[in-house]
Amino acid sequence: MKRNGVFFWVGAAVFLIAIALMTKLITNEYPFFAGYVILQFIVLAVAWSILGGHAGYVNFGTSAFFGMGVYTAVFLFKVAGAPLLVQIAAAAAVGALMGFALGLLTLRMQGIFFSIATIALTIVIETSITNWRYVGGAAGIQLQRPPVTWPFSGYVQMLFFVQAVLVVLAVVVSRYIQNSWIGRGLQALRDDELAAECTGVPTLRLKVLACVVSGALMCAAGAPAAMYLQYADPSSAFNLNYSVSTLAMSLIGGTAHWAGPIVGAILLGTTQQLLTVTISSEVNVLVLGVMLVLFVVAAPEGLIGLLRRVRDKRREGKQ
Amino acid sequence: MTPPDTSAPLLQISGLTKRFGGFTALDNVSVDIRPGERFGLIGPNGSGKTTLINCISGAFRTEARTVVFRGEDITQLPAHVRTRRGIARSFQIPRPFRSMTVVENLMVALDFAVATDPLVSAAHRHETAMSILSGMGLASKADASATTLSQVELRKMELARAMATRPKLLISDEAMAGLSSSEVDEVLDLLMSLADQDITVIMIEHIMQAVMRFSQRVMCLDAGKIIAIGAPNEVMANQRVQEAYLGT
Amino acid sequence: MFSFELLLDAVVIGVLLGCFYAAVSLGLSISFGLLDVPHVAHPAFLVLAAYAVFFLNEHYGIDPLVAGLLITPLFFLFGLLAYRLYYETFEKRGSDAGVRGIAFFFGIAFIIEVLIILQFGVDQRSVTATYVGKAWRIGDMRIPFRLIVAFMVAAALTILLTLYLSRTFMGRAIRAVAQDQEALRLMGADPIRIKQWAFGIATAVLGITGALLIIVAPVEPTLDRTYIGRTFCVVVMAGLGSMSGTLVAAIILGIAETIVLTLFGASWAPAISFAMLLGVLAVRPQGLFGRRS
Repeated sequence: MKRNGVFFWVGAAVFLIAIALMTKLITNEYPFFAGYVILQFIVLAVAWSILGGHAGYVNFGTSAFFGMGVYTAVFLFKVAGAPLLVQIAAAAAVGALMGFALGLLTLRMQGIFFSIATIALTIVIETSITNWRYVGGAAGIQLQRPPVTWPFSGYVQMLFFVQAVLVVLAVVVSRYIQNSWIGRGLQALRDDELAAECTGVPTLRLKVLACVVSGALMCAAGAPAAMYLQYADPSSAFNLNYSVSTLAMSLIGGTAHWAGPIVGAILLGTTQQLLTVTISSEVNVLVLGVMLVLFVVAAPEGLIGLLRRVRDKRREGKQ
Repeated sequence: MTPPDTSAPLLQISGLTKRFGGFTALDNVSVDIRPGERFGLIGPNGSGKTTLINCISGAFRTEARTVVFRGEDITQLPAHVRTRRGIARSFQIPRPFRSMTVVENLMVALDFAVATDPLVSAAHRHETAMSILSGMGLASKADASATTLSQVELRKMELARAMATRPKLLISDEAMAGLSSSEVDEVLDLLMSLADQDITVIMIEHIMQAVMRFSQRVMCLDAGKIIAIGAPNEVMANQRVQEAYLGT
Repeated sequence: MFSFELLLDAVVIGVLLGCFYAAVSLGLSISFGLLDVPHVAHPAFLVLAAYAVFFLNEHYGIDPLVAGLLITPLFFLFGLLAYRLYYETFEKRGSDAGVRGIAFFFGIAFIIEVLIILQFGVDQRSVTATYVGKAWRIGDMRIPFRLIVAFMVAAALTILLTLYLSRTFMGRAIRAVAQDQEALRLMGADPIRIKQWAFGIATAVLGITGALLIIVAPVEPTLDRTYIGRTFCVVVMAGLGSMSGTLVAAIILGIAETIVLTLFGASWAPAISFAMLLGVLAVRPQGLFGRRS
């Protein structure tokens, strides 16, 4: 246990240092541009799994949180020229609030109904933003990046680094939850809410907590996207593809371990980036659909689940 | 055998009524359960037994002051708080945490239901869980997945999980249904031994021999009403109880 | 200004539109309402049917309604197959079938969307028929023929399905399977085959309603996303599995959409159904005429 912890923190530090070095050593912008998207999906998938994996509440509203992150940034930037970090912090706060509301929804609905409600929530929020002229309405809004601050050489590099920090933050939180009593409580309520409640687990409080943490992280992950694209419009910011991609990544990686969503996000994210560049974004969505169906049917526990099964088999073989 | 009547009741149910739409599941039920008592609850299917324990354990909410536990009105408390106050239960159809091992099932109770002293290490709690499992004869299954257990093992695990919450009152909801007669004896002995540890037990059961052997007092419900309450022999001899059971 | 005439207009159009919404929701009312299959790909199947109708209309000049009837048997088979796959992979294995099922159907919906885009492009498509584009005038009110056609077909479909479910042996078996699968098994019927048949019917209905979809308005490949809201709103509001409830709920939605459209403009329209769905789920999850407690 202890040694694991040391490995984890050293790994996280090495990851951040490597990212920082990259921003210094690589001059071409493209790797950052592509890598940013993958980092963003890692945050989304890890954050999604806190609720979807541990607690078993399948949230199809990732795009609602992501989009609100984008528009929180847009709004603050337009109204006050707020710096990036303020945009992200505010987005996290907005996401936490939305998560709180979502958590209360779990009081009234479970299973499929919860999932359908999250889709509904997404469209309602998207439509409201579409009708909000100040942030550009349906046509969208152009944003001019401010000059980049030291020590970064370019804005994209800075966004890349910031998103990497969010990755570390999300993973630290998710890992903490998995290994603590919170994770055990969420797992219990996923298996059986009534039995959990009767074993002393404060199910509502834990669900709300998971929703708040998950929501805050997803919203924060969306905030830098405004400056990344220098443009925002409701139909892309709230695109259902974010919800389904995130879900697919978590399922492909497997939600039984905090590393699952990371693996899934890297795999599917990279594939999607390659496909979008080399063929077209349509084929990209096709692959997303096929992968989702394949994994849900053939490997419901994801890659992590497959790995565990292989390991268990081998262990049995040895005995 | 019978505990003195002078002690304050552990659980007071007074004027408890529960309706679902137009259907009255419990109709003005009042009963006091004394500390340390072994209490049998019987009645035909649909008579309101499970509804009653759902009202006690917090799965259903009821009107204020209808359920008083250790002198405190608990009707406004959610189930998990009632568990922490000392009410534990098992379920008619076992509800294990399927993704966990047997010992992890107990760890949930130890993590959440027992006021945790931060100085008590995880290792210590694991020890506690193991000692409860040994007491139930489940130690060898500690690291098995809950899904691999047999029916009687599941029943025992549910009781062990309930015990891990350190209850004052344990409600066993048909823990012997579907078991063989030797298994029934096993579970019955377990419940008896719990009662010896100063735990009040309410046992819902259809198996009459078990009820007779176990209970100091028996209550029979029919259509949401108490039709008889008292010593096991008296209740069994009661005309209305026999009618309710034989349907004559 | 909002006047009485405008309101009357909105109500008439709303009722017609509502009947159309009922027709496109009937299948889901069976698959989700009665069979508990979280069929979020239902609207994608619907759009697929609309494109099939478009194809037959464009290339062979077949009347859209006839084309709809032609593809109905195909969709029936498609439905049988889809349920078999769903059953084998989810229901048979048991635990959390619903939640993984919804992910599965989302994947299917995405695949269908892209296949349509690859075949037909992202542009809007519409059909030609004598009744598309004309209107019927009563005083100042203008009622498009396409809505009237949709209304009549929708009404006929609802009546037929209601009769089917209440009068025929198979129909009653379908209702029974929704209530108590075990009882049916004890009577010697195979609940899985009945459910498969029911899912086939639910999908077959999409053939003809797909034709209605493209008659009422031009279609585009991602139109299914809007209809997730409309169909689920109708089915949940109706109370799962109630056919007559479906009609009433759809009319409520139709009127609500038309009024909001008149008052606030088209940009608010997509949110109506989803907002109502959310409201129903939060306040009265058993629906207005619910089968569940």
